[in-house]
Amino acid sequence: MPLPLQKIKSRFVPLNIENIDTDQIIPARFLKATTREGFGKNLFRDWRYINDDENQPRSEFVLNQPVFSGEILVAGKNFGCGSSREHAAWSLLDYGFRVVVSSFFADIFRNNALNNGVLPVQVTEAFLEKIFAQGPETELLVDLENQSIRILNGEDTSGKEENTETFDINPYKKTCLLNGYDDIDYLLSLKPEIEIFEKQRGGN
Amino acid sequence: MDKQPGMQKTLFEKIWDKHVVKTIEDGPSVFYIDKHFIHEVTSPQAFAGLKKRGIPVFRPAQVVATADHNVPTLNQHLPIREEMSRKQVDALISNCAEQGIELYGLGHPFQGIVHVIGPELGITQPGMTIVCGDSHTSTHGAFGSIAFGIGTSEVEMVLATQCLLQSKPKLMRITVDGTLQKGVVSKDIVLYILSKISASGATGYAVEFAGSAIRSLSMEARMTICNMSIEMGGRCGLIAPDSTTFEYIKGRKFAPAGVIWDQKKTEWEQLFTDPDAIFDKEYHFIAEDIQPMITYGTNPGMGIGVNEFIPTQDQVHASDKSGLTKSLTYMGLKEGAPIKGQSIDYVFIGSCTNSRIEDLRMVASFVKGRKKAENVEVWVVPGSKQVEAQAIKEGIDKIFEAAGFQLRQPGCSACLGMNEDKIPAGKYCISTSNRNFEGRQGAGARTLLASPLTAAAAAITGKVSDIRELL
Ligand code: SF4
Repeated sequence: MPLPLQKIKSRFVPLNIENIDTDQIIPARFLKATTREGFGKNLFRDWRYINDDENQPRSEFVLNQPVFSGEILVAGKNFGCGSSREHAAWSLLDYGFRVVVSSFFADIFRNNALNNGVLPVQVTEAFLEKIFAQGPETELLVDLENQSIRILNGEDTSGKEENTETFDINPYKKTCLLNGYDDIDYLLSLKPEIEIFEKQRGGN
Repeated sequence: MDKQPGMQKTLFEKIWDKHVVKTIEDGPSVFYIDKHFIHEVTSPQAFAGLKKRGIPVFRPAQVVATADHNVPTLNQHLPIREEMSRKQVDALISNCAEQGIELYGLGHPFQGIVHVIGPELGITQPGMTIVCGDSHTSTHGAFGSIAFGIGTSEVEMVLATQCLLQSKPKLMRITVDGTLQKGVVSKDIVLYILSKISASGATGYAVEFAGSAIRSLSMEARMTICNMSIEMGGRCGLIAPDSTTFEYIKGRKFAPAGVIWDQKKTEWEQLFTDPDAIFDKEYHFIAEDIQPMITYGTNPGMGIGVNEFIPTQDQVHASDKSGLTKSLTYMGLKEGAPIKGQSIDYVFIGSCTNSRIEDLRMVASFVKGRKKAENVEVWVVPGSKQVEAQAIKEGIDKIFEAAGFQLRQPGCSACLGMNEDKIPAGKYCISTSNRNFEGRQGAGARTLLASPLTAAAAAITGKVSDIRELL
């Protein structure tokens, strides 16, 4: 069961790179586990460490810079392209991210994230640039109920339209995420209907 | 919007409509899945989930399993040395045994890459819905089916209910008309399309490939194209079935036979896009414009003709500028430089994109009587045990041996470098697979994607070469 997600107010980690594929998020050699836990330590593994050595962190990489923290990852366009590995979503969640903000998401990643209680927030290019322009102290407020994301940069931004954007989410997925429901429970409840469907089409 | 009866429908819509169990108001549809392929890497957590809920697999007869992603390609008769890989394969064996799922595991004559064995066994058929916890499930769309990759939670959903929650994607048609030049093959078509529409050009779309150039391709060549529709971001890729499709399927192990065959074939003949059906987006390309292609960067959209030059900053779209520098730094290549002549260290001929018998034949017919260059190591990894057996039967193994190529045993191998087949850091590998992402073939490995012919040319010359000059 995914954790419910309503509002997240947090600093963010900026990863201003486009086309981040799932091989970067979690390289294939770490997919050998048979459980869902423990992937966080290998998140962005090859960008985080030199020669795959945990004692040699790459100081220039954002996850290794203590000034950046928070439950929100902000990334360049076309985040999560590539393989269908759900391990990408598991590693983000396990590391502590609940929200990923980008101007574009790959389809399979979007589904995988939603199925695990990680919210993909798609914003415009301009808004994404604006977030990247903020300092590390700036917090973001992601409000799923209202489908909005706001930049809280210390000033009173309540009246400032340009610091807020709304985002789309499938209403069904939204309900699931707000409550921590899961698709499988819903599908299981439909089993009688599925069986009728199978009978009517005469099997395959 | 659902179309009214009598309205013109696309191929995708015809199949989609037949598989919707119900539609949730304001939400996705409950979508019925005919065939579910599973493999060792993305299924263990799904089985564990079922166990936790205390429920069995709903329709085990509609699930087919194989071990491919993580298996060694040498000495497959020995126990897997790497402990974690062995555990995954063992988990698959016990999960399938417990749930009554057919498994074509190591040692089985049908074992192989999941997207190679489905079609070759006649399991993949037109009009079906097919899923697998692997993004290249799009391959099966070449038969006129809706086939797409899913994540592990979705694998669990399908195991539990044979259904998924799906929103209908937008529809795109890519038409390629004309005749291919000599030395240009289906891999070049798809790399060319990718170079034109980019690695995210089809995100959110189901893509139908059409046109005379596509129609004239063999089934195996069509699979190469649909295989890489995911590299454009496409939800799936599909090609309307025709006589080429029916001939390919007929007589295969799990293909319908007798009266059922006739009945099925009549059904399948209805699977085409009606003349006035509407797509959300269309592209047209001319086959004659396509050259042997090669990628220079770190996503499959970064491709050029072998005789072209790596683009410069002012030739790429504004938003791709930072990406270009980053990619070229990783690749150790220079903007504006020719790609032809680039020295190569490894050649990998394999993966679900290009490891079928026709691919091996194509390589063998060029390589016959030639020898690989000193500076390259060449791995040929057949897509399945059946492909391997056929290659041996045709003497292709002897041709490879004489050329200094290593013919290994079936699996995903260096396509994703999960097993021991990794390209060392900094080395250049010309690969017939589908992804050139950073580290895809091993940490620091530099991948150039190309067709089997262009890969074979590089194997012989030791550098990126134009196959047309060698034929
Ligand atoms: S060969 Fe490569 S792309 Fe194909 S299924 Fe295996 S890992 Fe995936």
